[in-house]
Amino acid sequence: MKIAVPSEHQTLNEEVCPSFGRAPFYVIYDTENKTTDYLQNTAAGSQGGAGVQAAQLIVDQQVEAIITPRCGKNAAAVVQEAGIKLYRSISGSIESNLKAFEEQRLSLLDEIHAGFHRHGGR
Amino acid sequence: MKIAVLSGKGGAGKTLVAVNLAVAAEKAVYADCDVEEPNGHLFFKPKERESESVEVTIPVIDTEKCTGCRQCVDFCRFNALAMIGGKVMLFEEICHSCGGCQLVCPEKTIHERKRSIGMVQSGHDGEIKVLTGILNTGEAAGVPIIKEILKKIPAKGNIFIDCPPGSACSVMESIQIADFCLLVAEPTIFGRDNLAMIHELVTLFDKPAGLLLNKVTDGENPSQIYGLEHHLPILGKIPYDRELSAINAAGNIVSREIPKYEMFFRELLQRIEKEASHETSTGA
Repeated sequence: MKIAVPSEHQTLNEEVCPSFGRAPFYVIYDTENKTTDYLQNTAAGSQGGAGVQAAQLIVDQQVEAIITPRCGKNAAAVVQEAGIKLYRSISGSIESNLKAFEEQRLSLLDEIHAGFHRHGGR
Repeated sequence: MKIAVLSGKGGAGKTLVAVNLAVAAEKAVYADCDVEEPNGHLFFKPKERESESVEVTIPVIDTEKCTGCRQCVDFCRFNALAMIGGKVMLFEEICHSCGGCQLVCPEKTIHERKRSIGMVQSGHDGEIKVLTGILNTGEAAGVPIIKEILKKIPAKGNIFIDCPPGSACSVMESIQIADFCLLVAEPTIFGRDNLAMIHELVTLFDKPAGLLLNKVTDGENPSQIYGLEHHLPILGKIPYDRELSAINAAGNIVSREIPKYEMFFRELLQRIEKEASHETSTGA
């Protein structure tokens, strides 16, 4: 099964990116083959609707689970419609999060925030 | 003249200034474009309010006929559409009503429906016409409501536009028709940084602008320093005044209560008019 984790750079040694929709990359990890790919998030710079498009990118990768510290409601609606499970990341590197996932130590993400839609600051 | 009152952050004093300037002008239009939290009407308490619903068009997708070709999803630059399991999902609040999905659908399975996102209220407080834009709770984009307010603004007369806070698209929409932008700022570093953002915005739109310093104390004023360094004319200073705050917080108009503030806003209006005519004549 494939898992997606938002990341700042193309490495497993850093913390999980705090933003889901606007993360620069997603780590796509395959639990069967133990392979790692990095998917560039083309939605990261969108003026609006980044969460929707980012979630679409993940859905198109046939991912079955996402590890993230938080997720906006629009992105969550897309991934949930696709039957993808959202897991809450723990502190530590992406690598340690993937290990924790495989050892079933991660809990489901149940708080969905309303999104950061001010786009422009106030 | 159309004067827009802006600030980079909420609570800097836009409404205080816009409301009192309208009172100083005596015969005026006060347009509250801060559609997420309009509060100018709390001061004017307009009577015989008329409300007009503001509607936008959103797509309706006929799921029976949709072949899942995904052209609409790929076309939508606002990311309001997603395709999950061959089915199109629509995010209504993100949709900008451009109608593009309808145009690109090869199967013609998309039509439109109207959706109300809020309203524009109009009323009067004596000689002051009060226009209030109200965005429904939960809606993301107030621009269509601001467009409706602007349509109701007469071409001539004293117009005061109370802008939304920040420098986002709703602010850009609100200053479109303005002849002059008055930037209101607090004496803090945060206030200065937000001032820099709106100053950049009004410069980009080539609008003449001036600075009003609010909540001024004896201490250092980063916003004032910014104004001096960037040759932004400082048109007035409102002191940090508990009496003013108390009157304002009670929903009363300070220049109708305290003569010194009545004087202040009359003079401020004159300075704005002078500054605006100067800017126009020099082409600055």
